[in-house]
Amino acid sequence: MIEQYNVYAAKLLPPEELFAPGHKACQGCAPALALRYLLKALGPNTIIANATGCMEIISSAYPDISWGVPWIHVAFENAAAVASGIESGIKILQRKGKLAPGKINVVAIGGDGGTFDIGLQALSGMLERGHNALYLCYDNEAYMNTGIQRSSGTPYGASTTTSPAGKAVPGQKTIKKDLLEIGAAHGIAYAATACTSYPFDFMDKVKKAFSYDGAKLIHILAPCPTGWRTNPGEVIKHGRLAVHTGIFPLYEVDHGRYKMSLDLPFLKPIKSYLSVQGRYRHLSEAQIAVIETNLKARYEKLQALCRITAEV
Amino acid sequence: MGKRKGVESSIALADSAAMCRIEAISAYPITPQTHIVEHLSEWVNDGHLEAEFVPVESEHSAISAAMGMSAVGARTFTATSSQGLALMHEILFIVPAMRLPIVMAVANRSLSGPISIWNDHSDIMAERDIGWVQIFAENGQECFDLIPACFRISEDKRVHLPSILNFDGFVVSHMIEPIEYWTQEQFDAYLPPYDPQIKLDVRKPSAMGVVGIPEIYYEARRMQQEVLMQSTPVVLEAFAELEKTVGRKYNLVETYKADDADVLLFIVGSLAETAMTAVDNLRAQGKKVGLVRPRLWRPFPTQELLAAFGNVPVVGVCDRAMAFGMEHHPMAQEIRTLFYDAPNRPQICEFMIGLGGRDVTIGDMENILNRLLDVKNGAPVGPVDYVGVRK
Repeated sequence: MIEQYNVYAAKLLPPEELFAPGHKACQGCAPALALRYLLKALGPNTIIANATGCMEIISSAYPDISWGVPWIHVAFENAAAVASGIESGIKILQRKGKLAPGKINVVAIGGDGGTFDIGLQALSGMLERGHNALYLCYDNEAYMNTGIQRSSGTPYGASTTTSPAGKAVPGQKTIKKDLLEIGAAHGIAYAATACTSYPFDFMDKVKKAFSYDGAKLIHILAPCPTGWRTNPGEVIKHGRLAVHTGIFPLYEVDHGRYKMSLDLPFLKPIKSYLSVQGRYRHLSEAQIAVIETNLKARYEKLQALCRITAEV
Repeated sequence: MGKRKGVESSIALADSAAMCRIEAISAYPITPQTHIVEHLSEWVNDGHLEAEFVPVESEHSAISAAMGMSAVGARTFTATSSQGLALMHEILFIVPAMRLPIVMAVANRSLSGPISIWNDHSDIMAERDIGWVQIFAENGQECFDLIPACFRISEDKRVHLPSILNFDGFVVSHMIEPIEYWTQEQFDAYLPPYDPQIKLDVRKPSAMGVVGIPEIYYEARRMQQEVLMQSTPVVLEAFAELEKTVGRKYNLVETYKADDADVLLFIVGSLAETAMTAVDNLRAQGKKVGLVRPRLWRPFPTQELLAAFGNVPVVGVCDRAMAFGMEHHPMAQEIRTLFYDAPNRPQICEFMIGLGGRDVTIGDMENILNRLLDVKNGAPVGPVDYVGVRK
């Protein structure tokens, strides 16, 4: 499916690059693609609050700034709080006539560490208060900026520098935290997963998110060849495998209604995804079975939620 | 003369902030700051103030959200105390680095542990070096008058740095005093609308909070120090204009019966008022004692303090916070540093008073002043006197 419209649809995108090339990301960095697509979807009337992390570091080493839109970075755990302030500031200045009326898209950006872990409280605050802003979590499944340490977004079994594949403990012991469910549980207008291998799906979701007032959350899986120990030339393929094996399903929760974004006739075997990544090289058959059981249970739960909420 | 009314200092401070036409407020409740933000939320919810009030989920987010508000060009206010200020610590350094003129009221309170809600200066002494302009108010009237002064100083193009107004928790914050209110016209004449020098603007994109590589970081920090050190004339202008507006004179350093004094006591905050009574009592006995208290704390008013102390041979320093592991506590360290290069160094006696809300009486203050006179008459200086501590 993606293979078909990829060829033509790219021409429909604005040629303007608001996230400039020449930044300092690694080869094959998919989070950098997420930023590029985000700004292609939103255009110049956008203000970014960026958490500390890879994307902040690679894009803002003064004087080489990659951002063509207003951008602020304060610290690691507070992008959602800064975005809350920006949105509130814009609201009052427009109400008082000090700022020209018109829509300004406010986006908070954080990685999985900055979102699942240290920034979860600020994220919850922003969602609960209903600020008219998008929180975009680019999830590369570990603290890549500090050298591939595990986060609560790191999947079960993955080897990182703080969940190494040891003889006694073979990699990450815990199940990946379900960020989107936590976000959706705030009763926000829109929450969705996305993947950098599906840019048009992602950009549509960004636009849809901003068609609603209030807080919204997009959780985008963005493969990191450095941290995943994969071929930098194959990040798009690996992202597609994450979706097609069901380990990272693409779906949205639109005003409480669950909807799968892709209609997959069957799930590809999970081994096709795990076997191409160095971080999973040590997995035993028993561990793979755990991963498979978990992902199937979750996938079926999502399908059930789609059926149930379609009727309400 | 404006209208004088009996009002709690926190309410007056909140009224003053509202009359500064603040546009954005982020706040998280902590004792004894609560009445300030409660009253501001009433201003907003009753429709008397055009502002966004964002009740955030922590002090860390309070100061972070305030940065977002200020970064888009809104006049921004917040308030906190104690653990709340400590939770903000990480972000407090970043606000002046981005030159955001946020004004924050800090109702000074002790720090845990043990947990204590009562007044001392433990919270703010831990935030001495954050790079904000810092002022101490001694009573409710000063709280009311100095909030617009803080905005005026912070938003001045030559400064463009955040300010903290310190005042004692409970002792000042919850005290009902006769306070002379300014009129709205006086506020508007004193404090022009905020005209940000830098802001997040979609018509003119800029990046704030970028990475400081080693070739940049050092210069950025040096520049920040220069700007803060050079802000003193702006503070003086703000105080002079305040006097023209409402007739009350504010100095960088205040003195009490210091001119002919044989000994001087350095004291910060509301306990200076207790000390004044003690000075009066001792003066009635013919003892020449006096007080020096800083109103401006950062930038440190070195010249004004040296002038206030003159050639007095004995100086007492009151501390209201511990510097653990050091037998000279924060204010004593500062005053010792002040005199290091002075041609005539006085003898310096150090006193710890009023930790965690421990009562300090006029009698305690008289004892302290008498002790200074003893030292002048040849008694040894001795180590830090932990006034009133049970052995």
